[in-house]
Amino acid sequence: MIGSGGAESALRKAVKAKKKRTRSRFSIQTVNLLLSLLLPLGLLAVWQIAGMMGRLNPTLLPTPGLIVEEFVALTMSGELFYHLSVSSWRALLGFLLGGGIGLAAGLWVGFSYRAERLIDPSLQMLRTLPHLAVAPLFILWFGFDESSKILLIAKGAFFPLYVNTFLGIRSVDSKLFDVARVLQFSRWQMITKLVLPASLPNVLLGVRLSIGVAWLGLVVAEMMGSSSGIGFLINDARYLMITSVVFVGIIIFAVVGKLTDSLVKLLEKRLLRWQDSYKGEGVS
Amino acid sequence: MAAEMLVVHELNKTFATPSGDVIALNRIGLQVKQGEFITIIGPSGCGKSTLLKIVAGLDTKYEGTVLVNGKPIDGPSIEKGFIFQEPRLFPWLTVEKNIAANLSLRKPEVRKRVDELIALVRLQGFERSYPRELSGGMAQRVAIARALLRSPDILLLDEPFGALDAFTRSHMQEVLLDIWQSNKTTMLFVTHDLDEAVFLGERVVIMNPRPGHIRSILPIDLPYPRKRAGHAFQELRHKVLNEFEKVEGPAVDEGAHI
Repeated sequence: MIGSGGAESALRKAVKAKKKRTRSRFSIQTVNLLLSLLLPLGLLAVWQIAGMMGRLNPTLLPTPGLIVEEFVALTMSGELFYHLSVSSWRALLGFLLGGGIGLAAGLWVGFSYRAERLIDPSLQMLRTLPHLAVAPLFILWFGFDESSKILLIAKGAFFPLYVNTFLGIRSVDSKLFDVARVLQFSRWQMITKLVLPASLPNVLLGVRLSIGVAWLGLVVAEMMGSSSGIGFLINDARYLMITSVVFVGIIIFAVVGKLTDSLVKLLEKRLLRWQDSYKGEGVS
Repeated sequence: MAAEMLVVHELNKTFATPSGDVIALNRIGLQVKQGEFITIIGPSGCGKSTLLKIVAGLDTKYEGTVLVNGKPIDGPSIEKGFIFQEPRLFPWLTVEKNIAANLSLRKPEVRKRVDELIALVRLQGFERSYPRELSGGMAQRVAIARALLRSPDILLLDEPFGALDAFTRSHMQEVLLDIWQSNKTTMLFVTHDLDEAVFLGERVVIMNPRPGHIRSILPIDLPYPRKRAGHAFQELRHKVLNEFEKVEGPAVDEGAHI
């Protein structure tokens, strides 16, 4: 009795001490950030120096300095912002449409064995179709305007959310179902208080992957035929051999993609605070 | 005379397996009075957990009569609390929300009861901790509080302290006795630990396997709190152990406990 009492007060202290430790963790974060920047910054330096020494063909590989100049020019003219907002809007609409239907379908198939047998095999077949293969068909059906692009993005965004929601529901611990039965959960409570929170990690992973795929689908859609958007900017610059603009477009894709991913990761961290899983430390 | 809380009569249960039917429970008969503390002890495979699941309403495929409060069982209900071998907390809920589970903490009466129970199982200061931050004993106490919130008439415990270390286990046994004495909840406690069975129960039900049946039911006429080291305790402990040795070697855990 004394033993367990002592252990508890120690635990209480540990909980308090954890709050104090956050300050020293700040410096660790700074070090980690610097560490992750080392490789890309080194690469950029080598690239810039090689370019200035005339070792690189400027039409194929303009120097980072030149790309930055182009970036500034495109930003000042407002061109970049315009194309970016058009692209973001398309990606968002496509993601909401495809992801939303994917989530709903995943929930439906997850909860019903009959629905699984009815639609999962067909969906798995469609899942393997590449964007480039169906893009011409979408253009034939829906024309060159916005709807074909948004539908192409939606098609891509659908599957990660569908697959992961389905998987999340099916991997809920059956032992917790027994607990819920003993505690007299209603059917609705089984869904909202057990299945949905338990499958949330998978659903959020699905959201992350969906956004990534939506972004990829956007590029394909905008390069197939479009008069605006970052994809158009890249394609247009390619015709005119302005490589620095191509680079600016690619970098914008990378940065925005990374930003949206970080946003979802932040959401994950907030919503999944309760998770007790391996964080990648303690093994050397 | 206290009323019969639980009546089990001529209960049979068979499991269908690929190699034929296996009799898990054979002609079980047991009567438990309101407020009684019953421990069920037996080696693994004797059907003690199966019996508990049937009483809980988690297993409804059986033959015979099982009455709780005079009514046949047709599934889980709030009058029957169940505590599993593992705490089985919802990992995404804090301690207080785990206890409330499907009840809302915003209701003042739920809030009040949850706070009382947290005090009862001595978890003040951990209301907003997540299960991953708790030790095994603390998590199991949350599970007990969760079952008690529904004010069950009968509490069914399936080896609830089996996975705990000896110190925590004896502490938990005392916590459980406190709860029993203050709430007068009927207890049906399954264990494979000889000391635990004698320390807690007013009567010890001894079960044997192949097929699972009740060998005997021994009353433990010792006042609470019981002293494990006492002469009378040791004598009763031997008496229970002898019931097993009539059939086969020591099949239950009789390791030394504090």
